[in-house]
Amino acid sequence: MKKIRILAAAIAAVGAALAPLPALADLTIGVSISLTGPTSALGIPTQKGIALWPKEIAGEKLNVILLDDATDPTKGVQNTRKLITEDKVDVIVGSVTTPVAIAMADVCVEGKTPQLMLSPANLPPGKDAWSFRMPQSTAVMAIPIVEHWKKLGVKTYGFLGYSDGYGEAWLTDIKPLADKAGIKLVDTERFARSDTSVTGQALKLMSANPDAILVVASGSGAAMPHKGLVERGYPKGKIYQTHGAATMDLIRVGGADVEGSFVSSGPAVVAEQLPATNASKALGVQYKTAFEAANGKGSANQFGAHAFDVIVVLQKAVPIALKKGKPGTPEFRAALKDAFETMGRTPVSQGVLSWTPADHFGYTPETGVLLKVANGDWQVVN
Amino acid sequence: MDLSTAGILLLDGVTNGAVYALLALATVLVFAVTRVIFIPQGEFVAYGALTLALLQLGKVPGTIWLLLALAALAALLDLADAVRRGLPASAIVRGLARTLAAPIVVSALTWWAAPLKLHLLAQSALTLAVVTLLGPLVYRLAYQRLADATVLVLLIVSVGVHFALTGLGLVFFGAEGFRNPSFWDVRFAAGPLSLSGQTIFIFIASIALIVALWLFFGRTLRGKALRATAVNRLGARLMGISTSGAGRLSFGLAAFIGALSGLLIGPTTTIFYDSGFLIGLKGFVAAIFGGLASYPAAALGALLVGVLESFSSFYASAFKEVIVFTLIIPVLLWRSFQHGHDDEEEQ
Repeated sequence: MKKIRILAAAIAAVGAALAPLPALADLTIGVSISLTGPTSALGIPTQKGIALWPKEIAGEKLNVILLDDATDPTKGVQNTRKLITEDKVDVIVGSVTTPVAIAMADVCVEGKTPQLMLSPANLPPGKDAWSFRMPQSTAVMAIPIVEHWKKLGVKTYGFLGYSDGYGEAWLTDIKPLADKAGIKLVDTERFARSDTSVTGQALKLMSANPDAILVVASGSGAAMPHKGLVERGYPKGKIYQTHGAATMDLIRVGGADVEGSFVSSGPAVVAEQLPATNASKALGVQYKTAFEAANGKGSANQFGAHAFDVIVVLQKAVPIALKKGKPGTPEFRAALKDAFETMGRTPVSQGVLSWTPADHFGYTPETGVLLKVANGDWQVVN
Repeated sequence: MDLSTAGILLLDGVTNGAVYALLALATVLVFAVTRVIFIPQGEFVAYGALTLALLQLGKVPGTIWLLLALAALAALLDLADAVRRGLPASAIVRGLARTLAAPIVVSALTWWAAPLKLHLLAQSALTLAVVTLLGPLVYRLAYQRLADATVLVLLIVSVGVHFALTGLGLVFFGAEGFRNPSFWDVRFAAGPLSLSGQTIFIFIASIALIVALWLFFGRTLRGKALRATAVNRLGARLMGISTSGAGRLSFGLAAFIGALSGLLIGPTTTIFYDSGFLIGLKGFVAAIFGGLASYPAAALGALLVGVLESFSSFYASAFKEVIVFTLIIPVLLWRSFQHGHDDEEEQ
């Protein structure tokens, strides 16, 4: 197989016709995610999801090349170039880290290879021509929180978020929604994952006396600010967390202090609790069962779910693209991109996708679910 | 801001400052004795907190495998040295036993005790033993051969050691953070101030350690030998003090202080495998106050860093780290005006 590839490269080099070779017909997915570095907490569970990928899609043998980008945009770009030029992959998956995923998007445009991002990266129009996001946009995930505030009659809220892109994205996306509902932002405070205390921020927030506080953080890093607020006497039931925190790590580290608090989440982690009418229920249960069978009870998380959804999306798009070309050819890659944009409403385990040429986030407003921490587990809030 | 807010912030700042003070002391100690700017100081903090966290879960912490691997490497190096120098077999065996005995005993004990879920204090003692033993081995493997190199070379080695230890931390402890149980789970309320048992524990432990170090350097022969090495390496060697022994001792102390700091802050915040770096760096900023030479100035600097951090998190949380680390510039300016340029190191 390798020999045939070298042969193919040689043929291309002497300028012979680049006809699709049957031996290249395997569907090749190039994955570049952060297995080391600061966001390895996102990359490692994603890798566990990838380990459960099937052997073939739509009758095509699946060939997965997994690389580590070490949470480094430069490394991510190198990986992407290698995957596109050397391995001739049909689709790039990654990265789980926003800055890395953004850097990779440029290379994918250049190499005309579709990218399925595992991070909700905001890109200027045109830059994301070949990039599609698997995670929900923060704008979609803010909906259940603001809806809940409206129902409870919350008038003011405070913001305590990471001083990075994730925090910033939430701030810019939730503000218009809340403003429209007449809910005012009264204080904005920042912290970093590695901080040892948020006493100062908590005091400042408390003095503004908001009806609710939104904590924007991820994984076990979300517990420290939460505990900080509770320690200063802020009621647990008025603290809201984002989908970055919707993992068992929040409950494991936060313990009793996170009981009764709310978290906005994709549907997969609580699939079995969803009403039967929810479009993601069946896929979510399927993901959760498979993931927990491999990794233990309570291990299911949104990162593994996004990896699962990559396959759900490909299972729908690959048959469409196969009509226009064979895997391993530029025609197939272009057809795959077109298929993503035109395949329409697609339920996945983490919500309902509907990508269009103009919208590569594509999650519909029915996606987000509000969860409450009750007895050390998640409970869906209706 | 009213008085009670200021009080809470001050208390929070002093609490963090007490931990930074310990790390600053360790940084000064290591630099004075070995001229190593010990960037990985913070890694011992994370190793301490996370080793305890894994013991709490009843798991065998990966740090003991690191300890055994480093001890084996050190023993091999010792063996090669001894053979080259043609030492008698009995001396070689004694040397090897000295290098290997403690790591093997402590690792075996930890491996045996891990699933038993012993009392928190017993687990803390094991953690301290494991991490403390790492210190001299790190010195033996990374620095001892380079003991006479320039400060810059030693700094570059430190950066390498830092990356190695952080990466190993990810392997041992995973990417998610842990929070340890408090040593003393009570709260005292004094007006708006609320003092947790852990805060009191931090103060007592910090003060006790500072007093112990003061006694060690002032009253014991080994402590005086360390001071002598810090003042003049060549002179100390002429007086029969082993400089590599002093190096190992100072690294052992630094690792002990790091692990203790990890145990102290573990219950107050979430510690990740890479959390130690920033904490250690703040200790380093504090050590700069003392010009990497004065212990009291470093301790005062640490309290200042803690308080500044706490107040800036109230006034401008987005710029907190910027404010804390910018502090180093005026301090360096002031020190350089005071003392002039020190050319001793440049050759």
